[in-house]
Amino acid sequence: MKVIYILWLRQLKRYFRSKARIIGSLGQPLLFFLALGFGFGPIYTKAGGGDYIQFLAPGIITMSVLFTATFSGIEVLWDRRFGFLKETLVAPVSRLRIMLGRTFGSATVAVLQGLIVFGLSVIIGFRPTTMALMPLALFYMILIAITFTALGTAIASLIEDMQGFQIIINFLIMPLFFLSGALFPLENLPKAVVVISTLNPLAYGVDGLRGTLIGTVHFGLLTDFLVLSAMAMLVLMTGAYLFSRIEV
Amino acid sequence: MGDQDIIIVQELTKTFNGLTAVDRISFSVRTGEIFAFLGPNGAGKSTTINMLTTLLRPTSGSISMNGHDPTKDPHRVRQTFGIVFQDPSVDEDLTARENMEYHAILYGISKEIRTRRIEELLKIVELWDRGNDFVKKYSGGMKRRLEIARGLLHHPRILFLDEPTLGLDPQTRNLIWNYIKGLNQSEHITVFLTTHYMEEAERVANRIAIIDHGRIVVQGTPEELKAQTGTDSLEGAFIALTGHDIRDEESSHLQHMRERRKIFMKRRR
Repeated sequence: MKVIYILWLRQLKRYFRSKARIIGSLGQPLLFFLALGFGFGPIYTKAGGGDYIQFLAPGIITMSVLFTATFSGIEVLWDRRFGFLKETLVAPVSRLRIMLGRTFGSATVAVLQGLIVFGLSVIIGFRPTTMALMPLALFYMILIAITFTALGTAIASLIEDMQGFQIIINFLIMPLFFLSGALFPLENLPKAVVVISTLNPLAYGVDGLRGTLIGTVHFGLLTDFLVLSAMAMLVLMTGAYLFSRIEV
Repeated sequence: MGDQDIIIVQELTKTFNGLTAVDRISFSVRTGEIFAFLGPNGAGKSTTINMLTTLLRPTSGSISMNGHDPTKDPHRVRQTFGIVFQDPSVDEDLTARENMEYHAILYGISKEIRTRRIEELLKIVELWDRGNDFVKKYSGGMKRRLEIARGLLHHPRILFLDEPTLGLDPQTRNLIWNYIKGLNQSEHITVFLTTHYMEEAERVANRIAIIDHGRIVVQGTPEELKAQTGTDSLEGAFIALTGHDIRDEESSHLQHMRERRKIFMKRRR
């Protein structure tokens, strides 16, 4: 337990010690709020969808959790060559514990990042319809964070170089994000898009977060929870396996 | 090969995609000696160290580290050695003490022992006053010293040093070697080292093995090697045995990452 704890703690310490990174990472969500929120807002309202910022905010929060979580994989790549991770690989500690400690640490960072963006969205004008479901919203964020941190770790365990990682991430994460319903409602879409979205685990994360924050759901909160939990477990197990196979 | 051998390697081979990096090498390291493993770039030194330290699975052959097999019992093997990697592996965003603390926890060292040993070791490598500074503020030599201190924290029986003095000034190199020699004598730690500085190997090593193109060319004491080649320095013997060709290491991902790291570190300063 102690090993998992210190590896978790290490991720948090690194996060809090790089203030520049925290501030810098707010740029992208802010841009999305301004460009999409204020850009498409009037059209969305005119089409009868209501306040677009209300709809968009859970999507943007999901986005920042998703990106922070997945990109932590880069740190694995880097760290196994030039960092503490290499140190841990020769320590008499099971790889599973190393992987779990790291993953939970990076996932916690991703959730913190999501909470900061939540704060940002409130400043911009987002108002959750009920506060009672906030703990549940946090829970969905945690599930998204764990799933995609583990995914980043899994990919980083397979890939040797940074470029390769970035290419895979771009081809995987961008479509996952754009087809998750984060930016537009999944209702009344072409069949193909609906099918893809249904297969997209992130869509359940977005739906869960939107359901708990503003009360509109597409799949239903229980479905979201079940799919996302199953996904988190599956990716975590795959990630742990691949991580245990890392050679230097 | 008797009981006094702490590392026994037999017919060890490693191939990567059909390319043989290490080709049926056999050697042994005696308990308590300083053993230098030398060779040109790309000769198979790091691959061998990675196999000995459980980071890489051999293609064939056998290894015994203090009586344990790294492929079958990595846990036991990991407890017996400490390592200073060629590439830095301290966490620059943590303080020196945090780096030491985390290492101690990974090796399951109890709190009392941990506190005492960290102080002891940081004092020996002359970093105690700077213990609460972030490692990113350290010079190259200070980082090296910290890594060596950390590698010793769990009192390993074998200490691996993969080019520990690369890029350091003569003063720091001297300090580090004196320290390692002292440790080898007082704590009877077996030292397995690689270096490109032949005069350093000649000065500290009891026995030497030279590897080239994945095969061990020769092994023996520095005197034996010099006598065998009719040269008066280890450097002369090394060149006589491995030739004058300059080895170009193939540009690998690792090389790219090292370059990027250099640029990145400069920018941070």
